[in-house]
Amino acid sequence: MTKVLLVAEHDGAQLNLATAKALSCATQIGETDVVVFCDGANAVCDAAAKLSGAQRILKVSRSENAKPLAAVFAPQIAEMAADYTHILVPSTTFGKDIQPRVAALLGAPQVSDIMSVEGPRKFKRPIYAGNVIVTIDVPEAAKVVGTVRTASFKAADGGASAEVVNVSVDTDLPTHTRYIALEAHASERPDLQSANRVVSGGRGVGSAENFALIYSLADKIGAAAGASRAAVDAGYVPNDMQVGQTGKIIAPDLYIAVGISGAIQHLTGIKDAGTIVAINKDGEAPIFGVADLGLVGDLFAIVPELEKQLG
Amino acid sequence: MKIIVCIKRVIDYNVRVQINREGDGVVTDGVKMSVNPFDEIAVEEALRIRERGEAEEVIAVSVGTSQSQQQLRTALAMGADRAILIETDDDMQPLVVARVFQKLVEREKPGLVLMGKQAIDDDANQTGQMLAALWNRPQATSASKLELTGDSARATREVDAGLEVIEFDLPAVVTTDLRLNEPRFVKMPDIMKAKRKPMETIALSELSIDLPTQLAQSNYEPPPERQAGRIVDSVEELVAALREKGVV
Repeated sequence: MTKVLLVAEHDGAQLNLATAKALSCATQIGETDVVVFCDGANAVCDAAAKLSGAQRILKVSRSENAKPLAAVFAPQIAEMAADYTHILVPSTTFGKDIQPRVAALLGAPQVSDIMSVEGPRKFKRPIYAGNVIVTIDVPEAAKVVGTVRTASFKAADGGASAEVVNVSVDTDLPTHTRYIALEAHASERPDLQSANRVVSGGRGVGSAENFALIYSLADKIGAAAGASRAAVDAGYVPNDMQVGQTGKIIAPDLYIAVGISGAIQHLTGIKDAGTIVAINKDGEAPIFGVADLGLVGDLFAIVPELEKQLG
Repeated sequence: MKIIVCIKRVIDYNVRVQINREGDGVVTDGVKMSVNPFDEIAVEEALRIRERGEAEEVIAVSVGTSQSQQQLRTALAMGADRAILIETDDDMQPLVVARVFQKLVEREKPGLVLMGKQAIDDDANQTGQMLAALWNRPQATSASKLELTGDSARATREVDAGLEVIEFDLPAVVTTDLRLNEPRFVKMPDIMKAKRKPMETIALSELSIDLPTQLAQSNYEPPPERQAGRIVDSVEELVAALREKGVV
């Protein structure tokens, strides 16, 4: 019988939305338990219990689980895997770090970036930066170990009330890896990865100072702020704002690309967005080839006007 | 200390990848091949560590067909001291490759193993973590900064929430992200010099590796295309269209 174990992603205080999206993938495969590795984190477990589709929330609380270290989580997941046919985790930097370590401990091949479920052991995933989609069959002999491309799935609804079960996993854990710090870029804006609306700037914005235009429009419509790789490489904004194949792959309801030409690696990161708006002075820019709505012109005139009219 | 750098031969990142007629792979005939760009960053990092006097030897290793010698030669031309090719014509998925690297690690006993966070062909992002698990050693994935301090190291990792700093004991596996460094250009005299550097070739079958179950891959297809929408003439028209769609 198919039984799925989904590893929740959280920061100790909040459940990451990636978990709710990965749960939608997991429940398409079969009955799913969600495991929360934590040190306390009752609020996270309560939030997970509300997600529609989860059978049980398994809480594995021990002091070593306070921070997400792959070398610490992986042996615990591998031990719990005995009761499951499928082990899934969101394909975020958290999941990408942990899951191959689990797969290796289980001697199982891993399916990275599951974008659709074609059967309990059959999936589609992107390769070559999203330019090719390939169908994967996991042989019957192996456990299915995978990461879920969250942009391909809608978040599971809330309103449920699954049971939270305390589980103890007594695996010996290594001490060779120590968590020091997270230098988060403080921002009042919504989280880029999970925001419903995103305004991004590219090289066309021209400077770090000019990004004030992007932030201002984003704040006006309650959007997260993003950037193209060109803008990040030019030093206008920090790296964690990067949208694209080598940055964040996102699927907001509304994506406004300002001064972004639309390199293939950027387009790969936004192609699951609901409505894409492009504002660029070059009418030939590839971004217009994927945009639902395009406006050709000077962004320095258009963006303030847009902000005013959206008021 | 020895450093092992793992590199993969991939279709050059500038090539527009084409699916073959049968739909069971991509076209590679006559296509430019290169060192996976993330692995090139790993080579560069290894060389900088050696140049700072924190390592004595940099060994470039690869798993693949005999043609992978070309990419190992590139690593030698950049400055690696010697190279090892584990030769096979078979499809090599990450778990098999990790088991091959495990054998090499047992033989060479490096203080550090470096490789790209992912290869730009299969985008799996698995091999480094798998090697670390099989070797039972620490891992630091997606590193944008790496400092060695004797028998431990500190890495800054590019994570979704920002930059994460971890400390770990050596030996360890570190996978490299784009911003770790900018690889050097190879000069002609270095290419000539690289031809005289040692390159060892070992057949995969000689390593007596327990070959794990591999994934079956089929039906290579292009991604669903997004249709271009319409060009509006003014901000007023744009706002009206957005309101009509109900997205603002």
